[in-house]
Amino acid sequence: MESLLRDETVAGLDIGSRSIELVVLNRDGSLRQVKTPTTFDPLGQCKKLMEGINGSRIIATGYGRKLFAQSFGQVNVSTITEIQAYALGARFLYPEAKTVLDIGGQDTKVISLSESGKVLKFEMNDRCAAGTGKFLEFMAAALQIPLESFGEYALRSDRRISISSMCTVFAESEATSLMARGERPENIAMGLHMAIVQRTTAMLRRLGVSASLVFAGGVAHNPCVVKLIEEQLGQMVIVPDNPDMVGALGAALYGENLTREQ
Amino acid sequence: MSSSHDAMWEKLNLDLEAHAGLLEVLGKFYGDIYMSQQGRLRGMEYLDFVLSEVHGLRIQELQDAKALGKKIVGTFCVFVPEEIVLAAGGIQVGLCAGAEIGSAEAEKVLPRNTCALIKSFVGFKLSRLCPYIESCDLIVGETTCDGKKKAYEIFSDYSPVYVMEIPQMKNACDRELWKSEVLRFKNKVEETTGNKITTDSLKEAIHLLNDRRRVLQRLNWLRAAVPTPISGRDALLINQISFYDDPVRFTTKIGELCDELEERVKSGTGVAPEGTTRLMLSGCPMAVPNWKLPYIIESSGAIVVGEESCIGTRNTRDLVSEAGLTLDNMIDDIVDRYMRIDCACFTPNTERLDNIVKMAQELKVKGVIHYALSFCQPYAMEAYKVEKALTKASIPMLAIETDYSMEDVEQLKTRVEAFVEMTR
Repeated sequence: MESLLRDETVAGLDIGSRSIELVVLNRDGSLRQVKTPTTFDPLGQCKKLMEGINGSRIIATGYGRKLFAQSFGQVNVSTITEIQAYALGARFLYPEAKTVLDIGGQDTKVISLSESGKVLKFEMNDRCAAGTGKFLEFMAAALQIPLESFGEYALRSDRRISISSMCTVFAESEATSLMARGERPENIAMGLHMAIVQRTTAMLRRLGVSASLVFAGGVAHNPCVVKLIEEQLGQMVIVPDNPDMVGALGAALYGENLTREQ
Repeated sequence: MSSSHDAMWEKLNLDLEAHAGLLEVLGKFYGDIYMSQQGRLRGMEYLDFVLSEVHGLRIQELQDAKALGKKIVGTFCVFVPEEIVLAAGGIQVGLCAGAEIGSAEAEKVLPRNTCALIKSFVGFKLSRLCPYIESCDLIVGETTCDGKKKAYEIFSDYSPVYVMEIPQMKNACDRELWKSEVLRFKNKVEETTGNKITTDSLKEAIHLLNDRRRVLQRLNWLRAAVPTPISGRDALLINQISFYDDPVRFTTKIGELCDELEERVKSGTGVAPEGTTRLMLSGCPMAVPNWKLPYIIESSGAIVVGEESCIGTRNTRDLVSEAGLTLDNMIDDIVDRYMRIDCACFTPNTERLDNIVKMAQELKVKGVIHYALSFCQPYAMEAYKVEKALTKASIPMLAIETDYSMEDVEQLKTRVEAFVEMTR
């Protein structure tokens, strides 16, 4: 990989459970973004991404941030939480953003922002991965549909059925028994999408949803989830072009701010 | 911990092998969480020692007292009036219930969705790991929640249990019920110890326990200083140990520690780096060795400067009036003091909301972390009202629900760190 960074550039690295995103902000304002799967060797993956990035400021976020900071002592690393990273990233892309929803590989976050963009309140899902990207991944595998097209597949349903289980394991057995009853798999897929959307919108309502809601994180690529959230909330949601890069972007912006303050 | 206590533990019918494992884990846990701290007070050496001998020398003291005919009364709740036990010549120990060990045993007799504290005390008993429980002549339960109430019925198959009824409201008839419960308890304690409570003995007990509360109030007052001179973990440990240490010795030692704190406050010496975020904890009690959340908080750029909890200000805020001259007057004073406890088992419980807001303002905290044990309905539900009251006072709150296991530590860290970032 060619050298991404010159001096005084900053990089944001979002080390999530499913993927790692790197956003590099150059001094001339240009931006470069790279994404790679996390695999079982997140540090090895980071190392590959980090080739050519030495002596620059790096801000790590995501669940692997501490591990990264401990292992890359030779570079100037700081860490921030995903909450702050997503808030900064979403606000940069959409200055009007007041609520940020992030559904990632293993957690869901809802963040409420003040007029000036400060985090006012946030909520995260509990320790289990119900209602997150992991849930969709499991269910897509159970229905033998590639994850990337699972949302479009669900949108081909002709009937709404309800899947009441939030638990990944129970929902899978519920889906299996629906299949055994001859239900169309597209309808089952739709029911599964609805289950996670209901859980997500409940979180959003608890925290309070503003008119400008930014939906980020890998699951925002799923058109069925987007459509159902809009339907449930009765409002449009804003999905960035690269929804999974928002955390890494926020981290880079945080670093840029630190550099400016010095 | 030395194994010179093996014979004593064997006599108490502990499971020696599992117990040795427990002490090893506890020692390591304590080392990681406590001994790793910088700039600790000299006075904490006493607490380190007491904790290192938690199942050793203190148990030996209890055994020696028993040999002289004294009776040991174990409790799980700040509602049990220790004045009564002391006045009858007994020794009261708060049973800790802060470890996950034994929960597999507990789940044989309790539903899985029971709070960690209840599972812990039942687990300690069923796995024969707690020398305090085994030393008790009487174990006093109370009706603060349905989980505890029903668990005591099961516990009584294994230990001598006596249950006090705690009122759920604060009307005149509730006070009457509570007074009759205090008197019924007095009879039970007199019967157990074989000693009659006298005006003099009760007066002495009231003074002695007020002194212990006063020294803890002094500690709380000193740590409120900016910058705070003691870590939240250390202050929590002091509160935890107050439940089982000898009250006279404890009061003296903590008095000395407070003298040291006073010097630090005078010289403006803080225990944490400048810019550390001041936070307050509120909610369920954290019994030994439950240091999980304070440790997470204090590893995330924040410091805990107060605990609104039964192992905290709820236990030390109010004194028993020392004006009573007759036995009857003193009983009334005790009844009144304990009726002021603002436990979430009461409805309504607006005093608690007022106390939390007042405390957060006085301590100049940036935010409050509300801690509820999973399946603890009273506190988990009250979190909603606490947040409303704090929001009105422009104080941010983060609600955490967790238990004693370590599996959610990383998720909790993210939440706590994000809360610290948010309150900066």
